[in-house]
Amino acid sequence: MSEIKMEVKNLDFYYDDFQALKNINIPLESNKVTALIGPSGCGKSTFLRTLNRMNDLIEGSRVEGEVLFDNENIYKENVDVVELRKRVGMVFQQPNPFPKSIFDNVAYGPRIHGLKDKDKLEEIVIESLKGAALYEEVKDRLDDSALGLSGGQQQRLCIARALAVKPEVLLMDEPASALDPVATAKIEDLIDELKNNYTIVIVTHSMQQAARVSDNTGFFLMGDLVEFDQTDKIFENPSDQRTEDYITGRFG
Amino acid sequence: MLNWKTKEKIIKNILLFFAFSSILFLTGIIIVLFKEGAPIFSKVGILEFLFTSDWYPTYDPPGYGIFNLLSGSIVVTIGAMVIAVPFGVASAIHIAYILPKKFKNIVKPTIEMLAGVPSVIYGLFGMKILGPFLREVFGLPTGLTALNAMIMLGIMALPTIVSLAEDAITAVPQNFRDASLALGANRLETMFRVILPTASSGIVTAVILGMGRAIGETMTVLMVAGGASLFPSNILKPVRPMTATIAAEMGEAPVGSEHYQALFGIAIILFLITLIFNIFADFAQQRFKKKVSGE
Repeated sequence: MSEIKMEVKNLDFYYDDFQALKNINIPLESNKVTALIGPSGCGKSTFLRTLNRMNDLIEGSRVEGEVLFDNENIYKENVDVVELRKRVGMVFQQPNPFPKSIFDNVAYGPRIHGLKDKDKLEEIVIESLKGAALYEEVKDRLDDSALGLSGGQQQRLCIARALAVKPEVLLMDEPASALDPVATAKIEDLIDELKNNYTIVIVTHSMQQAARVSDNTGFFLMGDLVEFDQTDKIFENPSDQRTEDYITGRFG
Repeated sequence: MLNWKTKEKIIKNILLFFAFSSILFLTGIIIVLFKEGAPIFSKVGILEFLFTSDWYPTYDPPGYGIFNLLSGSIVVTIGAMVIAVPFGVASAIHIAYILPKKFKNIVKPTIEMLAGVPSVIYGLFGMKILGPFLREVFGLPTGLTALNAMIMLGIMALPTIVSLAEDAITAVPQNFRDASLALGANRLETMFRVILPTASSGIVTAVILGMGRAIGETMTVLMVAGGASLFPSNILKPVRPMTATIAAEMGEAPVGSEHYQALFGIAIILFLITLIFNIFADFAQQRFKKKVSGE
């Protein structure tokens, strides 16, 4: 196993009295794609959002256990959540560009973090758009509204926006579920490209997608992590009967 | 016995009549306004009417210049907005984003209740509490001044502004907030860089409708503005906004007289101003809807 970027240890998560995650343990390897699969409501998205503490926003939620990021627990007191979210970027299920220009969308993060220099901003925007395989399609209309882009382009713009703050980990919550097959293929190619530079965690409801893009896969069921292993192993020779039932389509 | 098709047709037409009746009323009002008021424009001249300041409808020869009344209305409305907009928008932000849900469900209806207080009660308050207070503080001969009207109208416009601005802020998709926070922005940055810019046209609608409320308000200004048809060069002096003029004088103006026509003329101007406000508000609302729906 290669270097571990984030390690989740004995993680429990509660929405008020409801326990949504039960004793989760997952190592997330550097420069690998980790896929999280499971039926709706199994806790995979909730789990993803514990990795950049987006769940903090939910009134009445509670976390127990540890998430080590470069060996530091991100739930320790005095952790700077802003700094954490800079280092752990996120792409959402619905493409959600701001109602601003393409340029301003990508420049948003760097600007928030205090970058004012115009040339430097432009450099980062172009670099990020190239990183998200979008630059060639939009280079002549960076000042146009991002809302004029197609769904697939919007999602790649959101990836570019996340890349612009130079994260180390990229969390993707069903990033292709709102897209057509062509746009989905582009996103998947992009994920393959991105793992050279980032550690990627992707939640997906599509098992084929998990099989295509990921190195490791975790299978969630009703808040439990049933099985976590190399993707080949999970899909070809799962150890747990429930995993096998799920990937062969017997339920879910 | 009628068959179901005929019955359905009858019901449909009855509903159609009710739906159109409000348009009918509006048309009726416009026709009456112009029929009664338009003659004064041809007699005095529309520019004279609007931009001269001698309002002596009962003198001989009479003066029908409404400039002081018009500017009284405008100045009082602007003053009311200077008070109501910062308060209103700040409370809207607080209610939408900072207040926990359980308090929001108490605070917002309470503020909205302000809108249900009869305007004569605001008038009483302005006349008997705020007026004497202003008189003391500024050492004035009377506390019934433009400032008094501004403060009262500002308070009266608050519920409209708070309620609609809060709706606009809440209508900004959660998506945008999540995206901003996930990029490492804090709540304040998210509010000022993403949420308020997105909600801005909705907030503009709120402010314009608040202005419409203020400029059209009659009873309160009649009671607290002092009633002197002076040019509002000093907010510590009395003014006489257009609405107060109509309300105060219509009872004494003989039907069909020039004075009567001039008061209807003022009503036409007032009507046009609020019409323009509503058109702008509607326009801003359309823009806002477009923005948040992402088209």
